[in-house]
Amino acid sequence: MELFLSTLINGLSLGGIYAMIALGYTMVYGIAKMLNFAHGDIIMVGGYIIYVFMALNNPLLAIFMAVVGCVLLGILIEKVAYKPLRGASPLAVLITAIGVSYLLQSLAQIIFGSANKMVTVYDFGSVTILGVPMQVSALVTLGVTVVVMAALTLFIKYTRLGRAMIAVSEDKGAAQLMGINVNGIITITFAIGSALAALAGLFYLLKAPSISSTLGAMPGIKAFTAAVIGGIGSIPGAMLGGILLGMVECISYKITAIAPYTDAIEFSILIIILLVRPTGFLGKKRREKV
Amino acid sequence: MMFKKFNLNHYINYIVIGILTVVLSVITMTGGRLDSSLLFLLEKIAISIILAVSLSLVVGFLGELSLGHAGFMCVGAYIGGKVAALLEDSLGNGLPTFLIALLVGGGVAAVCGIIIGIPALRLRGDYLAIVTLAFGEIVKSLFQNTSDETFGGALGLPTPRFDKKYLFIIAFVLVLITLAVVQNFIRSKHGRAVTAIRDNEIAARASGINVTKYKLLAFTLSATFAGIAGVLYSFSNYTVQSAKFGYNYSIEILVMVVLGGMGSINGSIIAAALITFLNTKLATVLTGDLAVLQNLLYALILIVIVIYNNAPALKSFRDRYSLSVLWKKLIRRKHDPATHKDDEAKWDVVPTKIEMNEVLSIDVVPPEAKGNTGNGGDD
Amino acid sequence: MADYILETKDLGISFGGLKAAQNVNIRIKKNQIYGLIGPNGAGKTTVFNLLTGVYKPTAGTFYLDGEELKGLPQDKINHKGIARTFQNIRLFNNMTVVRNVMVGLHDQPEFKCSVLETILRLPRHFKVEKAMRERAKELLRIFDLEEERNNLACNLPYGKQRKLEIARALATNPKLLLLDEPAAGMNPHETEDLVKTIRFIRDNFDMTILLIEHDMKFVAGLCDEITVLNFGTVLAEGDTKTALNDPEVIKAYIGG
Repeated sequence: MELFLSTLINGLSLGGIYAMIALGYTMVYGIAKMLNFAHGDIIMVGGYIIYVFMALNNPLLAIFMAVVGCVLLGILIEKVAYKPLRGASPLAVLITAIGVSYLLQSLAQIIFGSANKMVTVYDFGSVTILGVPMQVSALVTLGVTVVVMAALTLFIKYTRLGRAMIAVSEDKGAAQLMGINVNGIITITFAIGSALAALAGLFYLLKAPSISSTLGAMPGIKAFTAAVIGGIGSIPGAMLGGILLGMVECISYKITAIAPYTDAIEFSILIIILLVRPTGFLGKKRREKV
Repeated sequence: MMFKKFNLNHYINYIVIGILTVVLSVITMTGGRLDSSLLFLLEKIAISIILAVSLSLVVGFLGELSLGHAGFMCVGAYIGGKVAALLEDSLGNGLPTFLIALLVGGGVAAVCGIIIGIPALRLRGDYLAIVTLAFGEIVKSLFQNTSDETFGGALGLPTPRFDKKYLFIIAFVLVLITLAVVQNFIRSKHGRAVTAIRDNEIAARASGINVTKYKLLAFTLSATFAGIAGVLYSFSNYTVQSAKFGYNYSIEILVMVVLGGMGSINGSIIAAALITFLNTKLATVLTGDLAVLQNLLYALILIVIVIYNNAPALKSFRDRYSLSVLWKKLIRRKHDPATHKDDEAKWDVVPTKIEMNEVLSIDVVPPEAKGNTGNGGDD
Repeated sequence: MADYILETKDLGISFGGLKAAQNVNIRIKKNQIYGLIGPNGAGKTTVFNLLTGVYKPTAGTFYLDGEELKGLPQDKINHKGIARTFQNIRLFNNMTVVRNVMVGLHDQPEFKCSVLETILRLPRHFKVEKAMRERAKELLRIFDLEEERNNLACNLPYGKQRKLEIARALATNPKLLLLDEPAAGMNPHETEDLVKTIRFIRDNFDMTILLIEHDMKFVAGLCDEITVLNFGTVLAEGDTKTALNDPEVIKAYIGG
């Protein structure tokens, strides 16, 4: 019971982080129709910004700066690297995105060195629920994730901007003819995705107070996996996929025999899902116009 | 008849590599001393060329992105190394052992290529990228966690000793074989089908091309040669450690292909040799934290070259000043275009940009919108 | 030999709840030039997509020369004998003109050559390659494109691109050729030229042609029979003049 409960909470909290990152992928994929490989590395940048501003010992300021910094970075990347390639082949965009990811990682390593930096944002300590000791940070992560996702869903459903985003993801040409500023929407999408990535960076630091230039690489890939499992382009799909992947990871870590193969298991799930249900759980089938 | 049309451009890469190999072999065999670090560098260059040329088949000619090339290489290295170790007692360390290891290693990599290709190639390009990336990580993790007796676990698989003096000759013979297979494939009706798929998949289907078959074929061929490069690697190094074959290595191979110009085999060869050479040299200069400058360089190469080659806004600039255009102008000065009736020529001038479907046409009005409604069909 | 080269029986498809085409019955006799017309969004291209396997019909079926082709993948349908062009031209832009046509010849039985044979450069590879090139040049000659054969397809002017697409479709040796708005974007002179070319194809390739077109003069002057679609269903069919003068058709076009 104790094991079950702690695994459940940890899995949900990790899944929440994945979902948060997966949302960034899925929104950008839905609207700009590109796989933003550098998305995971924005998490890392967020983490480093927090690290830098924690010198002032003000967690809220650090978090705020991280969100602002990541949003600006996301927009900058979109304008400099991706926008010139609009209209070019998807392959070109994908390779550029990989280049950007690599660039961010190596820049971070040049600036901060290759050794891990330690930073404690805030020590929430632990509580005992139903006789199970638990990290409060995991609960906070879970709570914040739920709130953010609810807010995002409401935003997309009920605001003009949100509906414009849906329109752009459905049909750019038509949206443009309806007077929607497609470029603006793409910029906003990158901004929102990057803000979520900054929060994900925060959650990683709450989980383990150590940061390196590759902090975001693996979570980024896994979150993309989560987005694909849930159905790329679908916001509930990103949440579902994230939670699912987080649970699988936590359960797998608890079983000694398969623990070393956790990454392999998660990626195998991706391949199997794509084999059985290429659109993921909640994804829509996309028809190419002929 | 067919021998009359000898086109030097077709064979220039065989000739250059062949001559180099012969010269170096003669030096070694006649007792000339080639530094062992130079030999090792030559082996590394050969491995890189095989990797880059085979990846170029998928990225440059099929127009799909594989991020698991190092994964296929990893399979080849471990399987080949293991087979060689098993055969060591009965067959010794000579060529027979190597050849069997090569066949088995390449074969297993090919099977992996088919297994991964079947689900991934049905999907859009980005999925192939992520699935191959996942495959690379799975392979890495599986070999890392094997028991010490089977594949050496985290410490790596010790490989059999092979006469280092001649390995580079075999390596370059393998380069020539890779080149022959990949180039002959590309310069045939089958290669034409593959490039047709890259240019316009829908039209290729409508023209009767079995798209799935050709995608799988190109992908598997590419994986096979990555496996062969892996076997070569296991003979060239003393241990095979799966940690080496991660995502970063796959990216390094991708950088070679991109730097060489997608769709240009000769470009890939030059870029592979150059980057491998630079890597070795930079590794001695850039130590510690500076080593990351190398990654920074790769990142900039990827971004700058891809944007330069593909950005729609730079098209008119490219049309005037790109290398292939300048080259053509240079040739045209020599030949009078009126007498120029060589239909066979220009195999190598496959443009570096790849226009697929009008997926991202946002700012530009799609060219088909001349007629009636907005974009696409009338339904 | 069946009575009709193409016969569709209650062919239809729905996307979700939207019936993009339903109960489409078209019968085309051999060597006919048959028109498929209708206002924008009437489902004309959808019918083409059904006939070429891009979409799988959700209702009905169709026969080519008596053989049911429903459910086959696109390449198989092409091998059975239906070739097409596209409303928005789809060429292999980074390949030369002659190679575009050679891709169309790829699966012709006389040009068979296995992958192994090409990699090992066995004599058959050279023989096949040469024969394909010759055949492609012959086709290009018909369309007045032979001079352009070594240019990249994307560098051709618009009218020639349309012709090249037809040449490529013909290279697959079809029984039925589907042309999706072949005259779109052409000037009157080019259109006139196109009419001649289409007649030439019918006569010299023993071809049956089904075409979508908006230009009524073009349709009236060229097509033996037509089917008029509106909102995914057949509005009128038969002899071109009669069908075009059908009050329902006039109403659908002018709007009522």
